[in-house]
Amino acid sequence: MASSAQKLCVLRIFLNSRRSFCTCDRFYAKAKTKKQSARTLPGDWEGRVGLEIHAQISSNSKLFSGSQVQFSAPPNSLVSPLDASLPGTLPVLNRRCVEAGVLTALALNCHINRRSLFDRKHYFYADLPAGYQITQQRLPLAVNGHLTFDVYDESRSQRQVLKSCQVRIKQLQLEQDSGKSLHDQENGEVLVDLNRAGVALMEIVTEPDMVDGAEAAAMVKELQLILQSLRTCDGNMSEGSMRVDANISVSRSGEELGTRAEVKNINSAKFVQKAIEYEMQRQIQVLEGAGEVEEETRYFDWKAGKTISLRDKEQRHDYRYMPEPNLPPLILYTDTTSPRGMEDAVVNIDRIREQMRELPDATRRRLVEEYGIQFQHSVALVGEGLVEYFESLVDVKGKGRDPRSATSWVLTDLLEELHKRSLTFLECPITASKLGEIMDLVAVGTISKSTGKKILGLQFDGDNRHLSQIIEENQWAQIRDEETLGRICEDILEKHPELVDAYRKGNKKVVNRLMGKVQKATNKCADPAVTSRLLKQKLEGH
Amino acid sequence: MNHLRRLFRITQVDRPVLLAITRRLSSKVPSEPTWKEVHESKLPKPTKIDQDTIAHLERLALVDFANKEGIRRLEAAIRFADQMFLVDTTGVEPMDSVLEDRELYLRDDKVTEGNCKDDILRNAGKVVEDYFVAPPGNIPLPKKEEYDS
Repeated sequence: MASSAQKLCVLRIFLNSRRSFCTCDRFYAKAKTKKQSARTLPGDWEGRVGLEIHAQISSNSKLFSGSQVQFSAPPNSLVSPLDASLPGTLPVLNRRCVEAGVLTALALNCHINRRSLFDRKHYFYADLPAGYQITQQRLPLAVNGHLTFDVYDESRSQRQVLKSCQVRIKQLQLEQDSGKSLHDQENGEVLVDLNRAGVALMEIVTEPDMVDGAEAAAMVKELQLILQSLRTCDGNMSEGSMRVDANISVSRSGEELGTRAEVKNINSAKFVQKAIEYEMQRQIQVLEGAGEVEEETRYFDWKAGKTISLRDKEQRHDYRYMPEPNLPPLILYTDTTSPRGMEDAVVNIDRIREQMRELPDATRRRLVEEYGIQFQHSVALVGEGLVEYFESLVDVKGKGRDPRSATSWVLTDLLEELHKRSLTFLECPITASKLGEIMDLVAVGTISKSTGKKILGLQFDGDNRHLSQIIEENQWAQIRDEETLGRICEDILEKHPELVDAYRKGNKKVVNRLMGKVQKATNKCADPAVTSRLLKQKLEGH
Repeated sequence: MNHLRRLFRITQVDRPVLLAITRRLSSKVPSEPTWKEVHESKLPKPTKIDQDTIAHLERLALVDFANKEGIRRLEAAIRFADQMFLVDTTGVEPMDSVLEDRELYLRDDKVTEGNCKDDILRNAGKVVEDYFVAPPGNIPLPKKEEYDS
């Protein structure tokens, strides 16, 4: 029976060591950078960040009404009488939204409440026509989960894992979205569009376990990947399908948590980091100047990179939570409790668990194990959404292309061509099979790698000719014939006696310059391996 | 109203007369008043409302009641409601709604309504390019001193 003092000691030690989680069971190398987990805050200041993430569930219809969910539709065209809160309407819960909530909760290792309740949260705003939002405050859908993620060292060109973190998920609940209001400053009015009013949101609230912007940004990115792989949310922060609000506070190490400020209007994972870093610096400055941090809501101005206070909120909202009288409790079943004959009408947690797709973490490990590629490449493939493309490139029935060269083609060459033309991966015109054809020709030796890249560029620009046609018309076939190459090498060596002399005197690096000249003469079609061997032979032999 | 039908078949009397008779026979209204005065000592202490709460309530309800009569009425109403504390509720779970024994019906994820923009906008006072028009933001109420003067 430990005394209370002992229990406190154990608790403090546990909390302090939880952050320096040693993931010995992971098989990838950790970074050995010199600036090891650099303290981003001066002095002995420590920061704490908790996030509230609102993720719009991808469903056909809204949470409580039958109107369509669609981004960017004509104003007020997807509004039903319930969404406009006209009298005589009642909410009816959408099964798909509950299933999506349960699926996400399972992926985040939460405890699912078999019985959850809906409440009304009252506040006045033009885009909330009912004057209240239906949410789950007393008994949310799921509680007590955790999310493990890695923070990468972005400073080096090759990503290495800086540290592995785990954040506790306080709760996950279903709630309604409000409409959209456009502020017309000139005419002093607000234009309200209710297309978004009533759309289902999952609110994911985390405990304040993160210490800086980098951790928070990494957590948001990982959550985006998880939601996208589960297909419950498209995680598109710029379109507003996923919104992040950060609660930020600073305190001196060892002391209690400081007053927190909430930051809204963060539009991407990158801005999460910037907003948190700015806000922490601002709070430190205020506290060091012997001021006090106010508990308020601030807006993040991404153009200026600053957080701005909204002065017109004098009091905190009194939300007057009350149970939603029109909605009985939501009951979730398992295989043992499922009522017979009604399997289609109820939500069965075990059924949903079976249908869960592979999560990003599992995908990363599987790619490394199955294909033998490097872990950082696996991270990049999963992070950019290229896994399906990569797998179809490698797994072609019967062909089985080399995975490592496939990663190089996809991550370096394909992305480079997309970037040059400012296209996203979704707009990529080259299918995996087309890229595979080029890869095969390069692997066999018909063309050199640089020619392959040229052809890829041409195909991007709309060239639809057959590959062999392109090669013939441009005479890009790789020259591997020793005789022809031999003659060309002799030619080059005769033209540049000074380089030959330099080689004789001991400067071996002139071989590269000679190679360059050979490639130029053959329009980059000389086989590099054969050429280099012949050149060295001739230089030694001469 | 099964008993009404049976009676109707038995006696040859009109329906309104039948209703009047049955009401007197099985009325839900007690024959004697059952109102009991509650002694002051049994109730908890009377609640005093402070200025902050009054300002808060005025802002939420948009009702002007910060005068002596208004506050007295509010306190009397609270006193009346204090009688609820006399009921013993140990071991009883608070009720949410009369539907709490039922289960929430889940509907299929199909699009069944919407696309009725004209109907939705019909009651709007002012419409600009198919948007509802509302006054700007949350206008803070002027302080009491400002609008009294």
